[in-house]
Amino acid sequence: MATQATPPLPTAAKVTSYGILARPGAGSSGWETFSWYFFRISGVGLIFLALIHVFLMHIANDVSATNYDYIAARYANPFWRVYDLLLLTLALLHGLNGLRIVGDDYIRSRGIRLVVQSVLFFVAVTFWLMGTMTIITFQPGHTLAQSVLGFLQH
Amino acid sequence: MYRGQAGQWSWLFHRVSGLAVLIFLLIHIVDITLIGFGPTVYNDALKVFSTAPFRIFTLALIGALLYHAFNGTRIILVDFWPSGYKFQRQMFYIVMVVTILCSVGAAVFILAPIFGACPQHGYCSAANF
Repeated sequence: MATQATPPLPTAAKVTSYGILARPGAGSSGWETFSWYFFRISGVGLIFLALIHVFLMHIANDVSATNYDYIAARYANPFWRVYDLLLLTLALLHGLNGLRIVGDDYIRSRGIRLVVQSVLFFVAVTFWLMGTMTIITFQPGHTLAQSVLGFLQH
Repeated sequence: MYRGQAGQWSWLFHRVSGLAVLIFLLIHIVDITLIGFGPTVYNDALKVFSTAPFRIFTLALIGALLYHAFNGTRIILVDFWPSGYKFQRQMFYIVMVVTILCSVGAAVFILAPIFGACPQHGYCSAANF
């Protein structure tokens, strides 16, 4: 690909309220380029992870059959814990990155956009930790409180 | 009204379906966390998801996920296959057809218990249809 011409510097009348990281035309080494590739790469992974998950839960079984014992049997095999952790991580990041872009599209004010993206980051961390906690610590017959207490007392 | 045809609608459906699945994902993480409260709480919550309104909601969700996945593949093909852009409209039609076909297939399994099918288990799975 030929080198791109430097975009004209914005005049005072055209300056828009973009931050350093979100500046358009930032070239192929910018965050948006990483985000572009991340969507497609995580998307391919999610095609398998998510569709197989839905197939197992709704077609091969039924949601009403995915009770406590079913999950206990499934999580006895660490493969499913890893699988679900990967699904959780990729789906959360893929989805919330998409929501970030929706915000970029519709929120004009830089301040409000910053607040919204901070909330999205907070949501990502919180929900990822919640899901990871369940996937990693689940032991049949133990509640979450017992697992946490057991971990803290050792 | 912007007359963007297939490209416009595919973009809009992709965005709407993505947001729908994301909102469900956040709710889903919370409801699975309930398993940390023991089998009684979790199995009770699960009964809610087997009721008729929830089954219909589940089917809509799966339809959204299927469209998002298939259209996503279309986007990847247009992006990384040099000739992809020439067939974007045909690919969109294929995406719609495949999405509808797979959704109808899923509907058979998911909605059948509402109509009393598979009374032995109360649900229809591939194993006991």
